[in-house]
Amino acid sequence: MSETAAIAVTVADHGAPAVSDAHLDALESEAIHVLREVAAEFRKPVLLFSGGKDSTVLLRLAEKAFRPGRLPFPLLHVDTGHNFPEVIAFRDRLVAQLDERLIVRTVQDSIDRGRVRPKHANQSRNAFQTVTLLDAIAEFGFDACIGGARRDEEKARAKERIFSFRDAFGQWDPRRQRPELWSLYNTRLDPGEHMRVFPLSNWTELDIWQYIARENLELPALYYAHPRRVAVRRDTLVPVADVSEIGDDEQIETRIVRFRTVGDISCTLPVESQATTADEIVGEILTAQVSERGATRLDDRSSDSSMEERKRAGYF
Amino acid sequence: MPIPYPDDVGLLRFTTAGSVDDGKSSLIGRLLFDAGAVPRDQLAALERIADRNGDDDIDLSLLTDGLVAEREQGITIDVAYRYFASKRRKFIIADTPGHEQYTRNMVTGASTADAAVILVDARNGMTTQTRRHLFLAHLLGIRHLIVAVNKMDLVDFARAPFDMIASSIADVAATLHTAPPIVVPLSAKLGDNVVVQSARMRWYEGEPLLEILENLPATAGREGLPFRFPVQLVRRVNTPSGQRRLYLGRIESGTVAVGDAIVAMPSGMATRARAIATYDGMLDRATAPQSVSIEVEDQLDIGRGELLVNPASPPTVAAGVDAMVCWFDDEPFAPGRRYLIKAGTRTAVGEINDVVHRLDVATFAPAPAAGLARNDIARVRIAAASPLAFDAYRINRATGAFILIDEQSHATVAAGMIEG
Repeated sequence: MSETAAIAVTVADHGAPAVSDAHLDALESEAIHVLREVAAEFRKPVLLFSGGKDSTVLLRLAEKAFRPGRLPFPLLHVDTGHNFPEVIAFRDRLVAQLDERLIVRTVQDSIDRGRVRPKHANQSRNAFQTVTLLDAIAEFGFDACIGGARRDEEKARAKERIFSFRDAFGQWDPRRQRPELWSLYNTRLDPGEHMRVFPLSNWTELDIWQYIARENLELPALYYAHPRRVAVRRDTLVPVADVSEIGDDEQIETRIVRFRTVGDISCTLPVESQATTADEIVGEILTAQVSERGATRLDDRSSDSSMEERKRAGYF
Repeated sequence: MPIPYPDDVGLLRFTTAGSVDDGKSSLIGRLLFDAGAVPRDQLAALERIADRNGDDDIDLSLLTDGLVAEREQGITIDVAYRYFASKRRKFIIADTPGHEQYTRNMVTGASTADAAVILVDARNGMTTQTRRHLFLAHLLGIRHLIVAVNKMDLVDFARAPFDMIASSIADVAATLHTAPPIVVPLSAKLGDNVVVQSARMRWYEGEPLLEILENLPATAGREGLPFRFPVQLVRRVNTPSGQRRLYLGRIESGTVAVGDAIVAMPSGMATRARAIATYDGMLDRATAPQSVSIEVEDQLDIGRGELLVNPASPPTVAAGVDAMVCWFDDEPFAPGRRYLIKAGTRTAVGEINDVVHRLDVATFAPAPAAGLARNDIARVRIAAASPLAFDAYRINRATGAFILIDEQSHATVAAGMIEG
């Protein structure tokens, strides 16, 4: 394939990235507009906050939309119980700093109540989040859940609306989405239905990191390069943790890595990196050749359509 | 990968439209591939597919091929959004399928687009479908039209078939009283004139598609229009100097400065801008499309749905509007049925009083209308229960657009553009 060579053009041609961020103003203004529409049109919205980079950006945008007042909605974290402890610590610190209300609902609780039944203790709990989330929605009567998902993450997300309708079972039906015109969002619901709202729909991974750099946002340290013990499996690195499945014969090494996504420990993989600041990560993304989920999420690899299947069932 | 936007000329949103076999997915795939925006793992997946099928080349159209249901049926459902960055700017593509439901999908994709790329198969020339696409792009007020004459490799990169298509496109533009589109001959499959200038069509003096898109003026135009600020939310904030009332919203057009005279519409209450606040500090002046909070000098009872405007160039205020609508719902329009009219941040109850005529989207001629069925475009007269403040859509998209929501089913049944 001669064409592949064409990809390599570039970095050498242009030298150090001199990246402008004028487009961030447009994305920021759109996200603020969306957040204010949610506050105006829904009775009981909630913002999903995990301590990850996308939800941290989302939280800053919520501050931009509503300060000097308080946020017009609480925050909700669906905790798989397999989170990185430093992310949970960061989550709690940031919430305390902002003086906002955080609700935590745990997958462990759903397991204890028999709502979900893992096959074994260390199984990835990513898919179970759906049950815990839908239970929390029912418990509090939330009619809009604001999330940090982006359309560039995955093929199924590319087709999802900014205001994404969920039926009374929390399901997404790609064939029956409401058309979304201009910035006129149809927010009408019947009892039991709810809306997922994605203010970062039009942002890419690059935009997120440029924004983190521009806003000087604090993040959990594992987003930046650090030494970590990992099992090396062909082209992926699996972090060594209580819940990771590492075989006895696998080779464990210490590598300098960072996480591009931070989810359930059992399915989140780091990449080798020297980037210790958001600006350096912007530089790395500009030269990266692996998509964010392709590199770092075991849960999306099981089949070509796994995200679509999970979304139909009510996953974020 | 290219280094995106060292000299950022601003975000560009464009939509793509084409008939089923015009090669639209291939064109977008080619644009992403040649711009270096396809990650390694996605390329590897395409190579595996090519190996499995025994193909020599990877199929770039698969890059934009989304859901299981689509792959099973080999079609594209609905609008998908793609993102890529060239050296000069960030792009958002609204990729709309060209088959059934094309009107609804294209109208949706076009509603937020600054530019449209319409595909034509060089072998087939201009078709009825092309006329529809040109008409819809024009109706939705898309400023920049580009016609991509694809599959030039299948007509030996010859000038004559291209010239014929270009001239019929110019004729259609003249009929629509719109500026002639840019027409570019290309081959998505081989890459000619997509990102790289074709060496096989030296007779073409224009730029390749990507360069055309890079050079279009950014989002544009809105800051030059009169000031329009739909109030999204009112917040009261306690400060040492007393309670302040902030109007939260996004400036949809124009500029506002501290001290400017402001009128709230449709109520007609007049005041002045006392302060313009953002999280990052107070501003003396703000411009579309900034999201800000505005404080006014007088204690007025302004709520969500009011439009703050410059009194020197006010919008029209009326309960009856003439509009073009595109009907989306599976259920045809039922006379006497009540709909919610959502325009800006205002939602009013109303009904369609009169379907004046339908428009044939291929001939652009008015046709008698008994009713309105899915994908119909028609001139209607709408009566709202309370007055609306609006501008003609052709002048201001933000304050001239509305959607109709069925009060019972909650479906978005139509998109509307106010004639003025």
